[in-house]
Amino acid sequence: MRLLTHNMLSSNIKGVTNGFPLRIEVEKVVEKEVEINHDFLRNIFPKIDWKAFSDASRIMGYVELPEEAPEPSVLESDLEFLRKFHHALLELHLEEGALVCPETGRKFPVNKGIPNMLLHEDEV
Amino acid sequence: MKLKQLECLLGHLQQFSNPKVELEQYPTGPHIASRLLYTAENSFDDISNKVVADFGCGCGTLGAAAALLGAEQVIGIDIDSQSLGIASMNAENLELDIDFVQCDISNLGWRGQIVDTVVMNPPFGTRKKGADIDFLFVALKVASEAVYSLHKTSTRDHVKRAALRDLNASSAEVLCELRFDVPQLYKFHKKKEVDIAVDLWRFVPKRSRGENINVGVRCPLD
Repeated sequence: MRLLTHNMLSSNIKGVTNGFPLRIEVEKVVEKEVEINHDFLRNIFPKIDWKAFSDASRIMGYVELPEEAPEPSVLESDLEFLRKFHHALLELHLEEGALVCPETGRKFPVNKGIPNMLLHEDEV
Repeated sequence: MKLKQLECLLGHLQQFSNPKVELEQYPTGPHIASRLLYTAENSFDDISNKVVADFGCGCGTLGAAAALLGAEQVIGIDIDSQSLGIASMNAENLELDIDFVQCDISNLGWRGQIVDTVVMNPPFGTRKKGADIDFLFVALKVASEAVYSLHKTSTRDHVKRAALRDLNASSAEVLCELRFDVPQLYKFHKKKEVDIAVDLWRFVPKRSRGENINVGVRCPLD
């Protein structure tokens, strides 16, 4: 599971008011290189919840992202920043671990890169 | 990539080994899958460089097609771990980067309209009544640009009404009618193969205002 996906997933357990972001517990991270697409990064940037994304990247072991979201103009010319953004968003995979509901502490296991978000009967 | 080439590649994907009738697991054949994605990309520019989600991905055929046509990021969502295992393998065999999530669509937790396009071949609702509309409800909450979906032609009026009146679609258009070839998968299937008339729909969601809203997506009939 990439951090782009993590940035969209939230806990939908009954009674939870804000299930985003899910806290990440890492057991195994894998890095897989993919070709960079600058236009895509510029388009997706405004949609990313930056705090959740940069916190998550740190937990995954990548410390290069700024904690505060940069100004959008940075993406026009700063290739180094784009590379780091790309790397954290699309090249880091949580292979084994868990996603944790921020309100209930309930763990959703991640195996072979696939999070299991199925709810138990009493959580629906 | 040419349509024929796409269709050929999709023909090599592995499909359900033990399909589950209660989930209405039917493979989306390469003929339909290639046409759905090809239309989405060539007529509407909804696939390449976009974030695409495949709802009820099963063995991942539609998601794979999206990736082959240049989607930047594909996310496949399904309730069944066996199917996701096959979908993962299919993606790996074609060297495609697809994220998979195991989840029941009717209680998907999602942070709003970040995905550009949703593609899906949802259950028709023969086992769980209204499943097709449940999928559409969630898709229209998640997609920011377009939803492509297959529904039985016999349900055309019902789907259009539900989409426009109840599910907040700003438009609902049948792009074409296709034949969905259903092979003899289950014990109750009497014929070797039947063709079902299906509509390929394109829905456009109404945009929510841009703020980060935590959309806990729940189906209205639950």
